[in-house]
Parts: sequence; C-alpha cells; structure tokens
Amino acid sequence: MADTQNKELKVREKQEVAIPAEHTTPGLVFTPAVDIFETDKEITLLADMPGVRADDLTIDLRDNTLTLAADIAPVDNADEEEIVVEYETGRYYRQFTLGEMINQENIDAKLNDGVLRLTLPKVEKATPKRITVKTV
Amino acid sequence: MIYRRFFNLPTYRIRSPWEELHRMRQQLDQMFDETPQQRGSAGVFPLTNLTEDSDKYYVRAELPGVKGDELEIQITGKNLAISGERKIAAAEEGARYHRREREAGTFSRMIGLPGEVDTDKVEANLENGILTIAVSKAEIAKPKQISVS
Repeated sequence: MADTQNKELKVREKQEVAIPAEHTTPGLVFTPAVDIFETDKEITLLADMPGVRADDLTIDLRDNTLTLAADIAPVDNADEEEIVVEYETGRYYRQFTLGEMINQENIDAKLNDGVLRLTLPKVEKATPKRITVKTV
Repeated sequence: MIYRRFFNLPTYRIRSPWEELHRMRQQLDQMFDETPQQRGSAGVFPLTNLTEDSDKYYVRAELPGVKGDELEIQITGKNLAISGERKIAAAEEGARYHRREREAGTFSRMIGLPGEVDTDKVEANLENGILTIAVSKAEIAKPKQISVS
C-alpha cells in the first residue's frame, strides 16, 4: 500500500441505492463502499458503514446471496438546527452473489469504528480418497 | 480563420454565426465546473454537517476506520481545523482483490463557524466512525431570553 501513503483523500458522495423492492419505511438508503479479497481459505469483505452499531446490522446469507443491511442510530438531538448539510445519513444496503461455497458455521463478523470486517471461510473441497486394493 | 492569416490582421475575420452560441456554451461549462457539488458542499474530505442548538455548535463528519489518535483537531478563533490520515491495512500475502472501493490517504479541512465560540469548551468524540465536535458558543453569542415586564 505504499502508493497510497501520501495520497490525499478526495470527496466521494455517498451512493444512494436503487433496489428492486420498495422499502416500507421512509428514508434514504446508501450502498456502503467495500473491499473484497480472497485467499485460498476465505473471502474477506470490508465495508464502510459509519454510524452503524453492532445491534443494528443484519448479515444474511442464503442461496449464495449475501445481504448486508444496517439501520443507523440517529445522531442529531431534536432541538438542533441544521446550518450546513453536506452529507445525508440513512440506512445501508448491499447484496452480493457468492460463487464459492461458504462454511456458514464459521462466518465471523466484526464491527470496529464504523468498518465491518466479514470473514467468510470457504468449504474445504472433498479430497479424493484413494482406495488401495490389497492382494490376498 | 484563413482570412486572418492571409491578411495578417488579427482583428479582421469573418464572424461565424455559431460564435455567440459557442461563447454561451463555454460560459455554461465554466459555471458547472465551478460548482463541484450540489447543496453547497465545500468538496473537501471529510464532508461535514454543521448544526447548532442554543448553547453549542455541532460539527459532524463520517470517518469510518479512523482512530482517535490519527486525528488532529485544532481551533483558532472561529476556525476549526480537522486533519488526519485514514489507513487501510494491506491484505495478507497472496490475497486477490475483487473489489477495492475504500480509499486510504491524508485529509485536512478547515471549517469556519458562523458565530463567536468559547475555544476552551470544545469536545470531540469519535463513535462508530462518526466524529462529533461540540463547540460551546461564547456568552455573547448565546440567545438571551428577555421577559416583557
């Protein structure tokens, strides 16, 4: 990561999500920025979800579809008045289709400083057994 | 344009009928270039929201993955300076990236508060990746209730 050491961060607007199903609750929904990398053993997903507490986050994996959904705790007090609004807050939602078989038992999710780290271990492929034939 | 070169007179040229339109388009392009974002954003990382109540100003910014000790916050008069670095740990050896949307880098931003503040009463709090800086207003800037006798 040496090339990013002195890079200056640019503003990136939060991406509002367009999902096929309509939400029943009002409010904005954003797609979190993610990093996904894969090793031989596992797939790791990192997602930026500022303002999300561990209790508000739902991770769902079924039929190879991974769904991340999170509500955010409101930050503003009721008697605060807005002066300058540069970013909007809202829920987060993103879906991924996984090509690999995932060992659902050992999925590990950690939420630290608004960043989710999700570790999805791959299912170990059935190693072919060699049957030796003995001569009597 | 050929005429200009031919006679070597810079002021002498045939006016194109599209020239006026071309000039207008240039001006419009310029106008859109100058406004980087909607909603009056300064276009500097991190984006911040500024709110107030009767006692304090609240400055909030979304900084996921930034630790408190990687941030530097200073206040001088009415100006609040936020700078720091967002670090993203490299993946282990042999990992293949499928998506890489999160960015690391340095940032620095100055925010002008709209009123007089008490620089001794500033609190900063970083929770779940959201930085909240609460700056107390100076006594003279607080609204006073005046009762009608």
